[in-house]
Amino acid sequence: MLKAKNRLGLVFFPAFDWAISPTHPEREERLLYTLDQVSEEGVEDIEGIKFFNPVLAKEEDIKRVHFCVPDVDSVVTKSHVISAGGAIAAARALFEGKVDKAFAVVRPPGHHAHRVVYGDRGFCIINIEAIMLEHIRQSFGPKKVAIVDTDCHHGDGTQDIYWNDRNTLFISLHQDGRTLYPGSGFPDEMGGPGAYGYTVNVPLPPQTGEEGFLYVIENLVMPIIKEYKPDLVVNSAGQDNHYTDPITNMNFTAQGYAKLTELLDPDIAVLEGGYSIEGALPYVNLGIILALAGLDYSHVKEPDYDPDKMRQPGWISDYIKRLCNDIYGRWLRKEEIARKMFDGKDFVRRNKRIYYDTIGIMENQEETIKVCRSCSGYTMIKSKCDLGYFILAIVIPPGACPRCVEEARKIYEVADPGDYTGIYLQDRVNDEFKVKK
Amino acid sequence: MIIGLDVGGTHIDAVLLSNGKVLRTAKVPYSSGSIVEGICSAIDELTEDVDPGKINRVNLSTTICTNAVLEGKTSPVGMILESGPGLDASFLACGEENVFLDGYIDHRGQEVKPFNENIVRDASVHFKEKGILSVGIATKFSVRNPVHELKAKELLGGDFCPVTMGHALSGKLNFPRRVYTTYLNAAVYERFRFFASAIDKAFEERGIRAPVNVLKADGGTMNLKKAVSFPVYTVLSGPSASVMGCWVLSDNHEDAVILDIGGTTTDISFFAGGIPLLEPRGIKIGAYPTLVRAIYSHSVAIGGDSAVRFEGDKLVIGPRREGPPKALGGPMPTPTDAMILLELLNLGKKEKAYIAMKELGEVMGISPEETAHLILDRMGDLIKERVYELLKDLNSRPVYTIRELLYGEKITPKRAVIIGGPAKALSLMLERKLKIPCVVPENFEVANAIGAALSRITAEINLIADTAQGYLTVPELGIREKIGRDFNLEKARKQAMELIKERASALGSLSEDAEAEIVEESCFNMVRGFYTVGRNIRVKAQIKPGVSSFEMD
Repeated sequence: MLKAKNRLGLVFFPAFDWAISPTHPEREERLLYTLDQVSEEGVEDIEGIKFFNPVLAKEEDIKRVHFCVPDVDSVVTKSHVISAGGAIAAARALFEGKVDKAFAVVRPPGHHAHRVVYGDRGFCIINIEAIMLEHIRQSFGPKKVAIVDTDCHHGDGTQDIYWNDRNTLFISLHQDGRTLYPGSGFPDEMGGPGAYGYTVNVPLPPQTGEEGFLYVIENLVMPIIKEYKPDLVVNSAGQDNHYTDPITNMNFTAQGYAKLTELLDPDIAVLEGGYSIEGALPYVNLGIILALAGLDYSHVKEPDYDPDKMRQPGWISDYIKRLCNDIYGRWLRKEEIARKMFDGKDFVRRNKRIYYDTIGIMENQEETIKVCRSCSGYTMIKSKCDLGYFILAIVIPPGACPRCVEEARKIYEVADPGDYTGIYLQDRVNDEFKVKK
Repeated sequence: MIIGLDVGGTHIDAVLLSNGKVLRTAKVPYSSGSIVEGICSAIDELTEDVDPGKINRVNLSTTICTNAVLEGKTSPVGMILESGPGLDASFLACGEENVFLDGYIDHRGQEVKPFNENIVRDASVHFKEKGILSVGIATKFSVRNPVHELKAKELLGGDFCPVTMGHALSGKLNFPRRVYTTYLNAAVYERFRFFASAIDKAFEERGIRAPVNVLKADGGTMNLKKAVSFPVYTVLSGPSASVMGCWVLSDNHEDAVILDIGGTTTDISFFAGGIPLLEPRGIKIGAYPTLVRAIYSHSVAIGGDSAVRFEGDKLVIGPRREGPPKALGGPMPTPTDAMILLELLNLGKKEKAYIAMKELGEVMGISPEETAHLILDRMGDLIKERVYELLKDLNSRPVYTIRELLYGEKITPKRAVIIGGPAKALSLMLERKLKIPCVVPENFEVANAIGAALSRITAEINLIADTAQGYLTVPELGIREKIGRDFNLEKARKQAMELIKERASALGSLSEDAEAEIVEESCFNMVRGFYTVGRNIRVKAQIKPGVSSFEMD
């Protein structure tokens, strides 16, 4: 039998008994054919590939990342807890030394879930990569991490959570927000005052194919990662850039995904979106599994694969080249731009409107970040949504300086519950989570 | 009267049962070149002065196929394979000659690309030139649609025997295992056929006209004549005879662990809710993982005859056997010597056992008795560790539904059933180690032969219905037929319950108390766009593994 070059841990949890609704893309059938393909290929017999069941993410794991409004139990479903737990199980297998790489093939996805959560948006309620990562940091100490999101949709939730954290480099490749949900993810979204430049957005034009994606990875993502020197690379491995995906407009392929995985060489991959359940997922997942295991993936092709038909137009190649140059320039000049933008300011404020497409509600947010010379500064969020909630949430990030901790905790203490439906504190320095109403 | 025979590594154990009693037992040594002679002399010993007309059934386990594979005494096989996209399939070339087709069936059983028929025609000529008679055909996703395997067989022409097709052996997904299972079945066919006709002849000479069945690795049986088409099912059926024997003898209805303690290994199996647990994917034979259904049996290299020594201050038992115990004139101290010294076992010369323990213990400055206790204690620890390790593994098998993940049952043995030579001597020690009651059943010495005697037919089918495509497939029976859009889970269940009997009758005659059951079922709505276009229904049915009641015969 075959032997994997890299020991690979797979958490494969198709949740065959759960759907958002019977005809929703996020339904029981989603990973059925993928499991069939993976089983038929005999992946479980390959020496060095091990399967793990998900664990359940604990309430603390979720609170370390999110403010669930009104509380965790009211908004988070069992399936999301298991999906996040699947990512945790994969990462633990890696950090406990059982495997060299890990892949969580789980559903539902998580990368549209922001720090504040009122419910489901983009099929996501809680951010499974962020919950995994913060669990790992809590259990195994601080880590410098690069998250590369290759889902077709902008990973706006992950961006929101790590907006002001320079220990987490977030890079998202996605279909241009002017043509697809959630409509964000432009190059000028680069992070908060404590981590400016550590959010990197690469909006790609519709019809981008293998050439374009691999160009971005080779010429933009890898150089940035090389300079950043992370301890860990996580790939949010959405698979909806595929040419058969029903809800997007890209021309990516199973071969392309496998090559991307080989180039990026992530330590952990986590499945995000991807809804071409017959034509793409069985082949893309197999390609990613083989690439992670260091096995030959050159024969993994969709039945109707035709590289000539999938070739991207020349103007797209030129456009992507210019785009990468522009973004790489921003990366190089990030400190300089940050000084211009934030020097002399005590606070940086921005307003956001966040639409929950799955449940049809709108959230309005005012986010205020403390500009601090000794740490990345604390964050205050005032958020109001159609469901009638108006909350104040305070984030004290890991590594916050004593002054910021003191100041932020004071804000929490003096805030008047009469002014809000709830006041929330996430104190990562003391691993303490409080709420008052 | 029923005869049960279990062909082991060096001996054949045999029993003659009548009216729920063991009338006679026999233990006959044999060598791998003389299995048939060994079986005959065991039968002769049992049936001396018995009217052969009173024998209702002979069940036997055989190592003929296992040995053929392990000793490389198999027929050359021409393999015809079709892998389509996926893993590079070159590593699957296991036949004498291997031919790859260029077609492809996808995961839903849709023909994506037909294969070039000339490849098979050329292969047919080529195989004949090479003097190859046995052919195996295995194509990817043939269990979803066997059409390419069937077509290839047809194109080969009638000059080959056997022509084994993958879909007919197992309905499970796993292409590499399908290839190996197909290969092995074709490779051992000739030897098994020879064995079957020799047995047939020998029994006829003795006037035994009762049906003869052979044991399968899953603890079931199949008729000897019908087994000729499925010889691969008989490989490694040894442990299953013992486990089935324990089932008969221990009257167990809950989770339990079964320990068969032999000379050099201890085989570990489990009951889940009183039913023997099966390997999740199939048994591994030599270097070949297969889809052959088999009773879960894993061993730890430790037994009564394992050589014992100190390495530094650490007591090491096994994994090798250097000879018989010292008390029986062997070269090295063994756990058996320890048992003899402690008077747990009455065997050989106790003085020699004493000397063995004394010499061993002297290095560490401990008394012979302390040494003996230490050995048994260590042996118990090693067995316990392995049992726990296997349980941990079993209880973390992948599950695919939230219900199973949250509420799935875990195996927690409530007792241990122990058989094998030192079973009685070790039961108390093992009870202390495992902290559950340890039972040594009556007649445990011939549990394997009793298990063989009372095992019944087993069978499994996998039915898949895809109403969007309008097809129903049952690979084990080679069925691929049209169904209407109104086909549903209930109809699938009903059909599976009927078809499982058809499958069983391909393997032997179904006894009246045999029970068919649905073991797995699922039904997925297939949605394309935002509309439901059909249902994907999967039903697995089996003839429950079972044992004839001891009392009945």
